[in-house]
Formats: sequence, C-alpha cells, structure tokens
Amino acid sequence: MTFGISLPEITAVMTAAAVTRRSLSASLALAVALGLGISANPLWADQSGTVIAPETAIEAVSTPDEPQDELQDPVSTFTLENGMQVVVVEDHRAPVVQHMVWYRVGSADEVAGKGGIAHFLEHLMFKGTDTLAPGELSAVVARNGGQDNAFTSYDYTAYFQRVAADRLELMMRMESDRMRNLRLSEEEVATERQVILEERNQRTDNDPSALFREQMRAMQYLNHRYGQPIIGWRHEMEGLTREDALNFYKLHYAPNNAILVVTGDVEPDAVLKLAETYYGVIPANPDLPEVRSRSAEPPQTAARRITYSDPRVAQPYVQRSYLAPERNPGEQEEAAALFLLAQLLGGGNTSYLANALQFDQQVAVFTGAYYGGTSLDPNTFDFVVVPAEGVTLEEAEAAMDQSFAQFLEDGVDEDQLARIKLQLRASEIYERDDVDRIGNRYGRALTSGLTVEDVQDWNRVLQSITGDEIIAVARSVLRPEVSVTGYLTRKEEEATQ
Amino acid sequence: MTPRAVTSQVLTFPVRHLWLAALMALSLTIAALSATMARAEIDITEVTSPGGISAWLVEDHSIPFMALELRFRGGTSLDTPEKRGATYLMTGLLEEGAGEMRAQDYARALEGLAAGFSYDATKDVVSISAEMLSENRAEAAELLRQTLTEPRFDQDALDRVRAQVLVGLRSDEKDPNTIAGLAFAEMAFGDHPYGTDGKGTAETVTTLTRQDMFDAHEAIFARDRLFVSAVGDITPEELGVLLDDLLGALPETGAPMPGPIDPQIAGGTTIVDFDTPQSVALFGQVGIKRDDPDFFAAYVLNQILGGGSFESRLMTEVREKRGLTYGAYSYLVPRDLAATYMGSFASANDKMAEAVEVVRKEWTKIATEGVTEAELADAKTYLTGAYPLRFKGNSQIASILVAMQMDDLGLDYVKTRNAKVEAVTLEEANRVAARIYDPEGLHFTIVGRPEGLDTSN
Repeated sequence: MTFGISLPEITAVMTAAAVTRRSLSASLALAVALGLGISANPLWADQSGTVIAPETAIEAVSTPDEPQDELQDPVSTFTLENGMQVVVVEDHRAPVVQHMVWYRVGSADEVAGKGGIAHFLEHLMFKGTDTLAPGELSAVVARNGGQDNAFTSYDYTAYFQRVAADRLELMMRMESDRMRNLRLSEEEVATERQVILEERNQRTDNDPSALFREQMRAMQYLNHRYGQPIIGWRHEMEGLTREDALNFYKLHYAPNNAILVVTGDVEPDAVLKLAETYYGVIPANPDLPEVRSRSAEPPQTAARRITYSDPRVAQPYVQRSYLAPERNPGEQEEAAALFLLAQLLGGGNTSYLANALQFDQQVAVFTGAYYGGTSLDPNTFDFVVVPAEGVTLEEAEAAMDQSFAQFLEDGVDEDQLARIKLQLRASEIYERDDVDRIGNRYGRALTSGLTVEDVQDWNRVLQSITGDEIIAVARSVLRPEVSVTGYLTRKEEEATQ
Repeated sequence: MTPRAVTSQVLTFPVRHLWLAALMALSLTIAALSATMARAEIDITEVTSPGGISAWLVEDHSIPFMALELRFRGGTSLDTPEKRGATYLMTGLLEEGAGEMRAQDYARALEGLAAGFSYDATKDVVSISAEMLSENRAEAAELLRQTLTEPRFDQDALDRVRAQVLVGLRSDEKDPNTIAGLAFAEMAFGDHPYGTDGKGTAETVTTLTRQDMFDAHEAIFARDRLFVSAVGDITPEELGVLLDDLLGALPETGAPMPGPIDPQIAGGTTIVDFDTPQSVALFGQVGIKRDDPDFFAAYVLNQILGGGSFESRLMTEVREKRGLTYGAYSYLVPRDLAATYMGSFASANDKMAEAVEVVRKEWTKIATEGVTEAELADAKTYLTGAYPLRFKGNSQIASILVAMQMDDLGLDYVKTRNAKVEAVTLEEANRVAARIYDPEGLHFTIVGRPEGLDTSN
C-alpha cells in the first residue's frame, strides 16, 4: 500500500537511474509514484510479479576479463548447427534453474497496420500445440513447482520458466515444441484479444504518464517503429486476427532466430546435450530475412514539442528526449559515454542535475537522466524534471537547459566519475548473487544485435571512457533538432495558461 | 503478489574499535541450533553476539559480499494520529546525512564504498537491508551505524524530502489503486493506524518538525523490537562483533506497540467515482492469523482460488475463459495487528459488473463446495516445488530469515514447512474453506465508473 506501484514501473525507473543495485531512495520512490518510467518496459503475459526484472542499470556489468578476483567466469556460450545460440550461466548454490528462449523479434519488427501482434502472439503462445492442450504448458510447469512467464519488447520476445534443476529437460521438451507446433482456435484468439485490451487499459489508458510517454515516443520517431507502442494502438489491436498471429509466428519463430539462455545449477555440457536433443533437431527457417528489415529514421532536423493534458495528472512535469545512438557490435564507446553521462547528470543526490536544481536552486523536487543503450536501432536519452511548488514547467525547463549547458562548460567531475566506475566494478561481484540477471543481460544484448564479446567487453569499455569523451558525446548527441520536449499537465490548469 | 514498497539507500565509513572487536569475539556464543533445508541446502545458524544481540546467519563464502537485514517491529503504526507519516518521512531521511556528513557528502561516502543500503517503512516494520563488500565491510558497517544511530535530520533535508512525499501523496489521490486501498482500509480499520496511509496526509506531513523526526527515530529503533539476519561472506564470530558495533548503542526499549483491531468489513459494494476507462476493484473479508492452526490449509486454499499462477480459479474464470481482465488475484494478509483476506483485479468499466459477479460466485463456490482432490494435489506440488525457488540470493534469503523470526517460526521451519503443506488433507481443506470463506462478508471497493454497479450494503 505504501507506494502502490507495479513491478514494471519500478523496473523502468531503476533501469535508468541507478548504478548501484536497488537504489530506490525516497526520490526514486517518488519517481515511481509519478510513473516516471522512461525506457520501454517489456510487456508481460501475466502480471504476477515473481519474474525477472530486466534492468539496464546492471547492463554495465559483464563477466570480468581482468582476473581481479578469484571468481570463476560462470558464462559458457555455444551455437547449435541450426544457428540457435546457447548461453549458460552457472550458479550451484541452489538446485534451481531458469530456462529461457529469446527470439530476435519484437514489436519493431511488425508490419505497419499490425501493431501489437508480437505481444499478442506472446500471449497466444500459452495456448496449445499438437501435443499440449491449451494452458497445459503452464499447468505442467506449476505442477512441477515452477513458475513461467514471458515478455515482449521492441527488439525481443522471451519465454521462461524457473524450476527445480532436475526438471530442465521437461522444460526444453515443451518450449521446443511450441517453437514450431503452435495451434490456435478462433475462440481462443478472440478471448485473448480481450485480455490484451484489458492489459492496455491497465498499463496505459489508466495511467496518464504512460499515455504521455506513448505520445513522446510517437513524436520522437519519424519513421522507425520504435515510435509505435509495444502493446499496440487500441484500434489496431482490435483488428488483430489468428491469421496475423500465425503468419508472424511462422516467419519469426525458428531456431536460427532464437537464443537459449539457461542459468543456475547446471553444467554447460549437459545443457548443450539437451539443447541438441530438443532444439538442435528443429530445422532452421530458410525464409528468415538475413537482416531485420526496418524502416530507418531520416535525419531529424526539427526540435519538437508536445503538451499532454489529462485531468488525472496530479503532478505536472517536463521530459526531454533526444534520439541517441545505441550500442553497436565492436563499437560501444559512444553508448558507454552516454551511459556514464546519464549517471553523472541524473544518478541520485550526488548528480549534477540534483545538485543544481534540487539542492542549489531548489526549483525541482526530482530530476533524472536516463539512457537505454541496448537496442537494435537508435534509442533515446531522456531528462525529467519535476518542478518544485510554485515553479512553472517553463521555468523548470529553462533551469534544466541552463544547468546542462553549465555542465558542458564545467566538464566532468573526475571524483564522481571514479565513484561511478567503482560501483560498476563492484556490481560484478553483486551480480554473481543473481545469475538470472546475467542471463537476461545476454538475452537482451544478443537480441539487440550485439555479440557475446560485446557483452563481455562492456564494463571494460565503460572503464576506459574519459571525462572529455563524455563531454564530446554529450555535445554531439544532445542537439535540439533531434529532441522532443514534453509537458505533462493537468487538464484544468491548461485553460489558465 | 502484494506489491512491496521499497525505500532505499547506501552508506559508508571508517573502522573503530578493532581491538575491542577481537576481544569480544572470544566471548561470542554460537547456538548450535542449525537447520538444513532439504533441497536448497540452507544451513541456518543462530548467532548471539557478546552484547546479547541474536541473529540468524547463513554462511556462504562463495561471493565476497554479505547481505544484512534489520527489522524493527511497529512500523508506521507507531505514529500518533496527529503525527501520521512521521515514521515514513524519518525513514526516508536516514539516507540524507549522518554523523558529520550532510546529504551529499553522505551519498558520496556511500558510493565510495559501493555498498547498498535500502529502507522500507510499512504498517508493521521499518526494515533496513544492506549489502556490503567483504573488502570494505568494516567501513560499510560503520557508515550504517552512523546512519542508524547518528541521524542529522537537517532542516533543509527534511523540507526537501517532505516536498517529495507531498508530491507522492498528491499523485496517490489520482491513482485508482491507491484510492481503492485507502478507501478499503478506512472502512475496515477506521481510526486505527491500519486505517490510514502510513505516509501520512498532506495536513500531517506539512506540520511535521525536526523534533518529530527524532521522536519517531527513538520510538522505533530499539532492541526490544529488533530482528536480524545475515547471509553471505561472514563468519559467526565476525557477525557477532559487527552486530555489537552496529546495534549495541540502541536503547533497550522503544514506544509501546499499538493494540490489535478487529477489521470491520461488511458485505456489499462501495463505488468511488473516478473518471478512467478501466475500473479497479479491491475486495476483501476478514482473514486468518498467521498463528492460526488452520493457516496452512487456508494458504493452500488461496493458492487454488487466486494464488497468482495462471492455474488459479480466478485467473481461469475471469481472464482465461472470459477475457474480463489482465489478471485477478487473491491473497491472505496476516498482519501483526489484524488479518484480512484480500484480492484485486481491473476491468473496463463496461465489464466490471460481470467480473464482480464471477468473483462472487467463485467465493461462494469454494465456501460451499470446497476444492477437489486434484486441485489440492496440484496446489501442494506447486507450493512445495516453488518454495526452494524463493531462496534465490543472499538478500532474498536474509529477508526470508528475518520474516521467519518475526513470525516466531523456529530455525527448523525451512525444513518442516513443505511437510506442513503436504499434511493438509482434503477434509481439512474443505472444513477450513467452509470456515474462512464468507461470501456474505465479502466487500468490493471499486474505483472508476463501472456500468451497472452502485454502492450497496
């Protein structure tokens, strides 16, 4: 009852704001209460919050290539003959395993007019196959004491089970079955369509901050499908059919488009053997496009502004997003600099914006800076400022701009940068406590066009970035012409402005 | 299922009394009580420090850090009516400076140790969860000690965080879930602390003073309501020393605990008008206490009815068959001072009435017909199989261990818990179903504009 928040919202805020694990301080709790989720949350088939929470915050952590501690690298990777990648992360402290299959397909791979089909299919994947009755997969998992779920984002769709380690084979048998043998009835599709519409109600239409974010993204992307909501626009969701789902399924669900991620109490060789037995026998889909073809952004040449007003808004705030480059294979320096920039500007009480706007000028009750760099195509860098009592959104925006300009002039506080890098190194230790998160990191990276080497290289790249490089990237990326500035306001107030 | 609120932070500082610590380690007593969980192999040791502070420890040296969990019973329910929100605000201020350090110096010190301190204030407890690297554990513990025992509550920090809390309260007024929760709590608990928002109200929070922060601090941080667990890279001897350094200075007693209350929940429906496309329903009845002999049967029954898996009756009937919601759940809420049995879902305004009807039918059905042998067997397999999955990492285990202490469960509970689930017979389950499910006493609080539903008793 205290904060009344759902898991995905926490995830969104955590994603961007925290370098340390779980740093949900009073001000972050506030951000959560306000629904200031910035990055896109994957959508879950089910809302029972027992599932893994993807966090880009720990993005920065990878398996160490410097032998700075005695911890053995717990990650093994393989590729099956049909092209399916396999990632195994070992942790033998408890006899538990998490089994996941990630597909390199998400809402940004949909064709125009079929918005939401990736997510709709994710729901429908819990119906039957030739050998599994509708709902049976989840029922079998539950009867084995396990938990299962799935989630969809712009670039990926993933399915997983957490279960006792000796049930891994059963999980693989069922998951590999639904990779090719899904069966859907018209009735199931019709009922499930109502479920996703209720999901949209709950996630988006009942939440003015979510509606505002949806508008911001639609404005940010001129041509790329990152501008369309993962769950879809309501009018398109209403028209999604069984045929649409099956067409999408047949093209994209195949071993050469999938990554198996197994984490927990398992031996890599044994996992590989099982993977060959269950996934290795599925033929690759020759029709799968070589390149994920998406409509790219043209040069962005005009700063955009929006105001979204809603009577349900309790606290107005201003958000600014900039189109920003993502991590690319072998070239992660720019993204690493942006990641560090977000921490320097918006990572809690010691950050530049907090210091300037909350402690010094006291024009804001909350400030944040966010960067989601793990994506296939260009992503966004975001600022949020929640004004203090009596401060207008215009004043808050001006203070934010002035403060950012001053930051560029001052340059990076080297002590602060050193502390951030220290915490990133420490997170390599902490994350050994939760190998599922390591697995998630691989799954997300490998579905976002990155390689195993990129994942393992990421912390080293982060550690190599200098203050000057961060300032240079900030100047080159955060330009007005690639930006959207949004005001979220309360409807009554609009009339008086 | 119930969303947990987490406030958090981080801390640091230099070591003191090393020699003293070494001396005290000699007199450390380690209770030889030890329990092993069959599947997850959790070995719990009860440690009593030289200074008499007891803690449960799971030693695991495979990763060089440890998780420490401290809980203080009483939580926001210790606030007096005119000071509602004091404990919550005070807890939020712990990370805003300590000892000689003001807020930002404090935050830098904490970052410099790469430790993680997080805080939570609920109706029943204030909890402090810490993660500390082995390489600087003494410094991290010292920073935590200052945080806990040398708070500053600087006026500027108080005003800054107060403004954040007030924004949060304003947002809550527009959040259908929070509106429903508060309306239900007020109905069930009236003036009792459980009937009000632990964050306080705009009125009370606005008037809270620096002295109120010190008072709230003194009320809760005492040894008579402290529960401790630690998991990870630390020995019993080291933990004993750490506990005395960290907690030895706490006073023996804190404020008196508020008394228990019988929830007042009558059947019927309350509609709270709110203009939004999807109504939110929170429903509930009187619950069952954690120490009730029928608790395990009730727990298994709830798994069958609405326990959060896709297989529950509520999920099947409301979501899978009819597509009326994204999710429908029920949950036992056995708090320290009152027990309720709650549930929730959200449905479009034009579907809410049907969804309510379905849930009411399920409530009546389980009360009158009970459950089947197959359902009981499935629920047991799920619950016993899922139990080890909870013991996932140092912090989660620390959190479970401290909750077990607060529920007075005993060191062997992890070993015996699944057997208790298994022991629930069909006859017992159905006797308990008839006892606890009260369709006449089930109340729905619905926030939105549900078509065809009105407030009724």
